[in-house]
Amino acid sequence: MSLRPSTLALGGLALGLAGLLATWAEAGLQAQAPDPGTPALVRELGLTDPALFTEARYTRHLALSDRHAPFQDHPLGFDHFPSASLVAPPRHD
Amino acid sequence: MTDWFHKQRYLIDFSLAALGRRKVRNLGLLAAYSLLVFVLASVMLFTQGLRQEAKRVLAESPEVILQRLVAGRQDLIPPGYLEQIGRIRGVQKMEARLWGYYYDPVVKANYTFMVPGERQIPSGQLVVGPALARERGLVAGNLISFRSYSGRLFTFQVAEVLPQASELMSADLVLLGAEDFRAFFDFPAGHYTDITLSVANPNEVRNVAAKLAAALPDSRPILREEVQRTYASLFDWREGMVLTVLAGALLAFAILAWDKASGLSAEERREIGILKAIGWETGDVLRMKFWEGVLISLSAFLIGYLAAWVHVFHLDGALFRPVLQGWAVLYPHFRLTPQVDGLQLATLFFFTVFPYTAAVLVPIWRAAITDPDAVMRT
Repeated sequence: MSLRPSTLALGGLALGLAGLLATWAEAGLQAQAPDPGTPALVRELGLTDPALFTEARYTRHLALSDRHAPFQDHPLGFDHFPSASLVAPPRHD
Repeated sequence: MTDWFHKQRYLIDFSLAALGRRKVRNLGLLAAYSLLVFVLASVMLFTQGLRQEAKRVLAESPEVILQRLVAGRQDLIPPGYLEQIGRIRGVQKMEARLWGYYYDPVVKANYTFMVPGERQIPSGQLVVGPALARERGLVAGNLISFRSYSGRLFTFQVAEVLPQASELMSADLVLLGAEDFRAFFDFPAGHYTDITLSVANPNEVRNVAAKLAAALPDSRPILREEVQRTYASLFDWREGMVLTVLAGALLAFAILAWDKASGLSAEERREIGILKAIGWETGDVLRMKFWEGVLISLSAFLIGYLAAWVHVFHLDGALFRPVLQGWAVLYPHFRLTPQVDGLQLATLFFFTVFPYTAAVLVPIWRAAITDPDAVMRT
């Protein structure tokens, strides 16, 4: 006996919804047992910044960089590094 | 209830058969739709994961970091600074830190050299970050040489490689003893890079920072909440920027979906006319088309979202890495903790599934309420 198309379609959607619920379950399980090593290392060494952009000191330690960092070489010397284009300009309020 | 269910199943069977008659067109639409959801969901999950991870680990960063500025640039902390801070009420603990940057011409990468506060590292030994170890092919026990800025060659033994799990924060770190650090950088005696402070009463942090700025006018206190805010706004900015770039793709899809949904083909019009002529009610036609829209949009949403989940949390966001990596040689390999934000998920669902389903229904409804004879003749 061949399956009706609606059985296949509804089965596929049910599978997808089960996958969606599984992502919630996975997030919930991981939230209950977070890796304790990284916060401990941050506390021990007093780290302030993720090592996402290591090409320049003001992108490596964004939180600790000079206030004038992106234009530090010359007032008109725009930034060399692509990651700075991902960083918001300062607010002028 | 059973009758209703059976009726819906027949309608779904009929919708699938109708979709099957334009197989290539509908499969193409499903693929484009899924890809759009995949990209949007990937950006959303990746930034949410990074934001939460930064929030979690930076909660342990120092409460206050004190820098000294000279002519607008960070300068070394001179002797005597610590004593002045010690007199400020509310400061519980302070620690002068030694850290700096080193450019390694061998792999053209920047490292962060740092003296750990509590951990004692014997002279001549190093603890290195996992990305650095990978790039230079180091394991515990290996020797590594660095030429210092004074031109002298220093050879160290790798005592330990920091755990891979902490790579997001420690990728480029080189930990060494204070004496080695001072000798390697020719660091002036009694000077430090900056100072970390902890405050007895967390509510007093801002007051203590104001007192520090008043007592040491050349200093710049940076609060933990500012560090956390910097990263929250950075990831918000990045997400916003990527979504702005994707807005073009979103609009293109909206036009495609609108065109497909609103411009009923003559064949579809004739089909509706025939269905009505053989006795289908307007409601049945609408239900059949509703199922058509739901099957396509919900399938695309589920396929796109689940693929994005696997991409971000199980394949480490591989497609974003070249964008994030910039010009850096050392880039951390990190696995984000899976995060689900119900509101974001609902927003994504609303903006992807709902408009398509609505766009399908409106023209069908207009065609379905007209006289079958007129519909078939147009």
